Amino acid sequence: MSSGAPVAVQPVPRGGLGRLVGRRAVDWLPALVVLVGIVALWQGLIVWTHAQQFLLPKPTSIASAFWTDKHELWSAGWYTFQEALGGFVLGSGLAILLALVLARWRPLGTALLPYAVAANAIPIIAFAPITNQWFGGGLTKSSKIAIAAILCFFPVLVNTLRGLTSVRPQDLELMRSYAAGNVEVFRRVRIPTSLPFMFTGLKVATVLAMIGAVVGEYFGGALNAIGVLILSRSRVFQFNEAWAGVLVVCLFGLALYIAVAALERIVLRWVPSTSE
Amino acid sequence: MSVVEISGLTKQFGETTALQRIELEIAEREFVSLIGPSGCGKSTLLRIVGDLIEPTSGTVTVNGKPARQARTDRDYGIVFQDPVLYDWRTVAKNVALPLEMARWSRQRRNERVQKMLELVELQGFENHRPWQLSGGMQQRVSIARALSFDPSLLLMDEPFGALDEMTRERLNMELLSIWDASGSTIVFVTHSIAEAVFLSTRVVVMSPRPGRVSEVIPIDLPQPRTATTREEPRFFELVTRVREALHLGHDLDRPAPAAKEATA
Repeated sequence: MSSGAPVAVQPVPRGGLGRLVGRRAVDWLPALVVLVGIVALWQGLIVWTHAQQFLLPKPTSIASAFWTDKHELWSAGWYTFQEALGGFVLGSGLAILLALVLARWRPLGTALLPYAVAANAIPIIAFAPITNQWFGGGLTKSSKIAIAAILCFFPVLVNTLRGLTSVRPQDLELMRSYAAGNVEVFRRVRIPTSLPFMFTGLKVATVLAMIGAVVGEYFGGALNAIGVLILSRSRVFQFNEAWAGVLVVCLFGLALYIAVAALERIVLRWVPSTSE
Repeated sequence: MSVVEISGLTKQFGETTALQRIELEIAEREFVSLIGPSGCGKSTLLRIVGDLIEPTSGTVTVNGKPARQARTDRDYGIVFQDPVLYDWRTVAKNVALPLEMARWSRQRRNERVQKMLELVELQGFENHRPWQLSGGMQQRVSIARALSFDPSLLLMDEPFGALDEMTRERLNMELLSIWDASGSTIVFVTHSIAEAVFLSTRVVVMSPRPGRVSEVIPIDLPQPRTATTREEPRFFELVTRVREALHLGHDLDRPAPAAKEATA
């Protein structure tokens, strides 16, 4: 054929970290306006209705409490974040390993998957008071890591397994034509196919890990943990400080989520929708 | 020695006889097209030659070995109707896939990929993703991948079926020059009569219910085939020949309405 004009060829998307992390600043502007608007509305409503501080403090009061206690809050947040991160890594890691095993030995997967799906649908956080006692007592880090890990485990397992088994038949047929063994089929087809599914599970897990660690601490934890701090401050009616604690939890939770989402962007550059 | 030898081949899918007592020999450097209506088992036959599915009875020999052995020795390259490219690999890496699996060194791999992309005229697209290419370009990547490890046999299952007529004719020309350059034997499944006649040295006409070979027609058009080949009287004669053979196969089929539909 003649060198033929290539049809609909876009350049391979490439970009710096900024590009990977997200949209350009201009694209963020509407969201930023909404945030400022909500905070302003919140502040205005409380001033206008004279709402009681224990119901909902003013954003400015929370901000000032946050500023005053920033060292204590950050270190408490960091402590809890370590628990969440530990639970996330442990739970997700074990889930991915088990998903590989279940995808390799399908009868095992068929037998266990219904229970994994069911476990994924129940509020495992309800077990927090009990697991606090199982793993080294309520005050230890490991008991919070355990509850976070259990929470992370099921969504990652279910999603990864679904990814590993939703391979197109023709992709497998090509592998068969190359006389590929099981390990090679996993390495070259099943695992790449599963990655978008796995990241969906991991992103859900980041949120659950933070919830697990903080709620675990509500049932008893180290004095320098953010969940304990939020609880104790609200018990002595220091609602500004309690809210500042919640803010710290949100920031750490967001950071974990963004880190995983950025990793997804880097790993899944080949997926048409993520590279756009 | 023949590259492919099929004898007494029968394939049952449950109650349905997809292929019945197929006998076929394909010599080195031949370009053989399998043509027939849907349900005649032409794709099934190709897949059995490639040992992607197993026959119910009969034998298939590729390069003098059982089909299973030929597959594990990677004696053939295959091109499906769908390009079957892996989105997580670039164009170059898709072409390199069989070479990686055959443990070629990186340098040898890169050299070969360059050569193959030149052959299918896709230089400059090494780092593109498959979804960034048009359907015709994707199919050319698939052909480059199938040829990358110099298989003695190329199996093609309606590779241009999903493409428009213009692209299809262009790729036909390209395929013939690749066939000429690579020296491989090609088994080609199609349901376009013109395509079969234009490309082949022999056309195997198949008929359904049960799938069988109804006629084998040698194509004596001069080599190499060119754009004007399609305009020669002999080309039209042969097209008519194949068409009549196809209809004859269909008519033979009429007296057995009770037979179940076979899957292709």
